[in-house]
Amino acid sequence: MNAPTLTGYNFAYLDEQTKRMIRRAILKAIAIPGYQVPFASREMPMPYGWGTGGVQVTASVIGPQDVLKVIDQGSDDTTNAVSIRAFFARTAGVATTTATADATIIQTRHRIPEAPLTDGQILVYQVPIPEPLRFLEPRETETRTMHALEEYGLMHVKLYEDIARHGHIATTYAYPVRVAGRYLMDPSPTPKFDNPKMHMSPALQLFGAGREKRIYAVPPYTRVVSLDFEDHPFEVNRFDKPCALCGAHGVYLDEVVLDDRGGRMFVCSDTDHCGTRQEQGHRGDLSTPREGSAA
Amino acid sequence: MTQDLPLLSVRRLGKSYGARTGCRDVSFDIHAGEVLAVVGESGSGKSTLLNVLSTQLAPTTGEIHYRMRDGVMRDVFALSDAERRFLLRTDWGFVHQDPAQGLRMTVSAGANVGERLMAVGQRHYGHIRHTAVDWLGRVEIDAGRIDDAPRSFSGGMRQRLQIARNLVTHPRLVFMDEPTGGLDVSVQARLLDLLRGLVADLGLSVVIVTHDLAVARLLSHRIMVMRHGTVIETGLTDQVLDDPREPYTQLLVSSVLQV
Repeated sequence: MNAPTLTGYNFAYLDEQTKRMIRRAILKAIAIPGYQVPFASREMPMPYGWGTGGVQVTASVIGPQDVLKVIDQGSDDTTNAVSIRAFFARTAGVATTTATADATIIQTRHRIPEAPLTDGQILVYQVPIPEPLRFLEPRETETRTMHALEEYGLMHVKLYEDIARHGHIATTYAYPVRVAGRYLMDPSPTPKFDNPKMHMSPALQLFGAGREKRIYAVPPYTRVVSLDFEDHPFEVNRFDKPCALCGAHGVYLDEVVLDDRGGRMFVCSDTDHCGTRQEQGHRGDLSTPREGSAA
Repeated sequence: MTQDLPLLSVRRLGKSYGARTGCRDVSFDIHAGEVLAVVGESGSGKSTLLNVLSTQLAPTTGEIHYRMRDGVMRDVFALSDAERRFLLRTDWGFVHQDPAQGLRMTVSAGANVGERLMAVGQRHYGHIRHTAVDWLGRVEIDAGRIDDAPRSFSGGMRQRLQIARNLVTHPRLVFMDEPTGGLDVSVQARLLDLLRGLVADLGLSVVIVTHDLAVARLLSHRIMVMRHGTVIETGLTDQVLDDPREPYTQLLVSSVLQV
């Protein structure tokens, strides 16, 4: 409880009827993994594209005992993350954290935390465009039919185009997945690096698209398979160097431009993961020298 | 025994748009390897008939039976949506007059040809690409153009690409709506030549709608003349074109310019 709760608002901003409606959509989404459930998305006190879908889902599942973490591109301290965290601190009075392990609900934009999620945690994704087939087939009636009849050949046309043009599957984010062997799903614009983390995850994964008015879900311990070709199997992004601050390998890195002479560094996109490792004494190439070490 | 059954059997088919008639009381059979031309002037109901035959429009009256690959005749409008759509992208083909309607203009030629293969579950990039190269060759498109988008193709190439895209799953029945419309005469001649070769090689059954009697003469075995939504004359192509019985057919045949 880091800020006094606002008066005049219901718990977690949304009124109880709205939360019921959204919870019904969530339950349906969990019952049919990967299926996009329409819901009556509300106006939120933030613009579309800033996470209105995720905020509504979080508001509907959050309770007074929950501990909330919000990340934006892996970072706990960007505008979007800070303001959404403050929003729930003030409207629901819940505790907030930046530590992945301490959180019960994690709302995320474009990343899955590096630290493995555990039973009982809920990961809420902010989704801009829920329909993976949208750019291939503009008609909603047609994409719904394609989902209903499991006609997903078109998605492979996109991957084919990637290989024909670039020699490999060049889709690096919003990489399409099949959920529980049935529905084709857009994992929101997370890097494909995070796709394997969705597979058999112990955490409940909820996806909210506010502007497009859709909710979908991946229940805990559900198969999530990234699409690929037999001779061009799915691969995650690889990095040449470890994180410049904590020296971590096998994590997703952000490029940070250091000067106007081409200087750059690659650091963990997950700030909590990087910070924790630095506290444990891990150091990268560009870390400031450890206290007490030779000057 | 099943070889004796027609591939497509149409009985008393009619389609009306409210009080207006698109076509009515059309009956015919097509056997495997047979090419049927439907001719008539604009507004005679040819395209309506083709759209009903290919299940893109629901008929007002009548029924269509199709001999499935297992040899059983089935009412195509009694099939489930899933079965019908599967039929449309495997066993049937549809060549539009405007290639932009039948192609995906934003993806490469190779992906256009490969789409049906991926739709039926092929997941090996190398094989799909190999088949695409093979089919581009068959329709006389340079294999070097495989990664180009159809919008960079000429009209004739687009039409040939559309044909390759349809034939890649070895359909047994192909519907063609004025496939040579909008092409200049020399390109038309090459396309017809190509089509004739493919139809003979693959043993395709074709329903081709055209207003060009020369196309009908070159490609089809049998012909159906339509006027005001009804079939007024049917028969072997040579017979109907050389010795037309109905006054309207005589008019149609005599209006062809003799060069």
